[in-house]
This record gives sequence, structure tokens and C-alpha cells, in this order.
Amino acid sequence: MKELLNLFLTFARIGALTFGGGYAMLPILQRELVDQRKWVTEEELMDYFAIGQTTPGVIAVNTATFIGQKRKGTLGGAIATLGVVFPSIVIISIVAMFINNFADSVILQNAFAGIRVSVYVLILNAVLKLWKSAIVDKIGIIIFIAIFSLSIFTNLSPILFIVGAGLAGFIAKRQQGVVS
Amino acid sequence: MIYFQLFYEFFQAGLFAIGGGLATLPFLYDISDRTGWFTYSQLADMIAVSESTPGPIGVNMATYTGYLIAGIPGSLVATIGLIAPSIIIIIIVAQFLTKFKASPQLQAVFYGLRPASTALIAAAGFSVMLGDLIQYERFKATGMIGQLINGRAIILALLLYVLANHVKITKKLHPIVFIAFAALIGVLFNFGGH
Repeated sequence: MKELLNLFLTFARIGALTFGGGYAMLPILQRELVDQRKWVTEEELMDYFAIGQTTPGVIAVNTATFIGQKRKGTLGGAIATLGVVFPSIVIISIVAMFINNFADSVILQNAFAGIRVSVYVLILNAVLKLWKSAIVDKIGIIIFIAIFSLSIFTNLSPILFIVGAGLAGFIAKRQQGVVS
Repeated sequence: MIYFQLFYEFFQAGLFAIGGGLATLPFLYDISDRTGWFTYSQLADMIAVSESTPGPIGVNMATYTGYLIAGIPGSLVATIGLIAPSIIIIIIVAQFLTKFKASPQLQAVFYGLRPASTALIAAAGFSVMLGDLIQYERFKATGMIGQLINGRAIILALLLYVLANHVKITKKLHPIVFIAFAALIGVLFNFGGH
């Protein structure tokens, strides 16, 4: 019970600190769950993100479900997910009551223009951290460059990229004789 | 029964929108067309609000739409509808993963997935950043080369990068501290450009 409450509160905290959508959650997750609480490793977090990009739904929600499930089974998955969306529900309901003033506020617009810049820097740092554990050899570099360019220059679905990259990894390991 | 309909519509969006919050957008336009619950312009407001409040954008949009249509109970029902398919699918996938984690085949697949996942995150960050730091539209409108680059934003980005990586006292700070600092700078130096 205590563990479930802890899961809920941890993810509520993460939900409240995440400005700018699912990817902006990554640096917060690295800090809170990998570095501080050690609930998951960098690799596991990346695996969850990869799966979160291929399965339906919001990436942040998918990641929360994964980590909750790992800690406390199915109930843990549900509790962590409710935790991560709880601050949004409260905040958005309040904002919705005052929407007209909100969208026009110059102070808020300036603040969020500043926040966006910090989110880019935080995501860049998160990516540099991931790079160290994700890319272990030349094949990794090739996959990274290929997916990065395809993603920027085409409108293809991320599902294609993820499926293609998984297949490429499998074939590469097969060539090396690691799997049959 | 409005609650049931809300749940059903957002359940559908949650089931079919793959690849993150903004993927929910076409489904929301579709809901607007079919039900008339909200207009396109309300939807645009909703996107602005979602981008500037904490939390996943898809969830914020569901909460906001639910609130518009049926108050606080509506916002709860719509949000739970949106996240229900993810919870179900991920729990099934997670159980499968736990079972086959040691298999070399699955490890080989993840060996390919990890660089791809990193690349997708980098590309998503890169494209929004470019849109914000390089103001091509403003440059085209004014024809002044000085308008092409959002200098203040680039200086702030460099400053934050140095503080987060190279200054011993600040580099251990929680990400939220950098976010709060950037918000303050944004207000003091009129980053919104109004």
C-alpha cells in the first residue's frame, strides 16, 4: 500500500514538472527514476520509450505504465499512470475555467517562450546521455543517422522506423552469429 | 448519455493515435466535425494551453475537451478514456517483455531499437528547436537578415547549456530549476515578442 502511494506521488510529481509534452519528460525521468531512485536503468528507460513510440497512446503515459508495472504489477501500472495524468487534470480544469484570460496574458506568453528554450537544452542533454548507452558500435551510429534523417526529411510513420530498426538490429546480430 | 460518448470518442483516439501527443490532433479535428462539441478555434486555444502547461499534450487536450463538454466529471471521463487503451496494451507488452527479457532474439531487436528511439527523440527536439530559433517566416516578411535568427533565444540556450553541463555548482540542479530560470528570463526580456 505504501509502495503504491509512493508510485502515485512520484509520478504525480513527474507529471507536474513536465512542461512541453512527452519528450520533455525524458530528462525528468532520467533524473528522478534512473539517477535518484534507481527504479530503472538508462537502457530500460530507452526500451520503454521505443515501445511507447510504436504502441498507441501518449508516450509519457506508456512509460509510466511500464515502470509502474515493473515495480508493482498490473495495479502498479494503473496507479503510476493515474499519478502522471493527475496534475494535468487538475491544472487543465482550472485553466479551462479562465481560458480567455490565459491565452491573452503577455506575461505567460513570454514565460513560455523562455521555457521552450530550456526544454530544447534539456532534451539535448537527455539525448547525449542516451547516446552513451544506446549507441555501442558503428551499426548503432548508422541506425541513428538513418532514422534521424528520415524522421526530419520525410513524413513516414515512426512505427515504420521502429520496426525497421528492430529488424536491422536482429539481422546484424544474426550476421555476427549471436542469434540464429 | 454524454459521458459514455465522451469515453468512447477518446478511447478511440487513444487506441489509434500512435507516436505521441500531437498524433491525437487529427482525431480531435474528426471529433469536432462529427459531434460539434467544440470549434476549430477552440481547438487552437486548447493546443496553446496544452503546450504551456505541464503534462503530456494528448492528456491535456482530452481533459480540456471533456471539461468544455461536461465540466469536471467530463474531463475525468475523457482523460480516462484516452489512457485506458495504453494501460491495457502496455501491461500486456510488459508481461511479455518480462517473460522473454533474457532471450538473445529480443536483445538483438532492442540493440537496433535503442539508437532508433534516441534518433526519434533527437529529431523531434531538433525540429521544434529549429522552428523557434530560426524565424524564417519573419525573415521573409521583413527581408532583414537580423530577423532570421532569434538571437536572444540562442544566447539563453547556450547559457543554459553551459550551466547544465560545465558549471560545477549548477550542473547538479534539478531540470525544473532551469525551466523556472528560463521562464523568468522570458518574462524579463520579453521573449514572446509582443
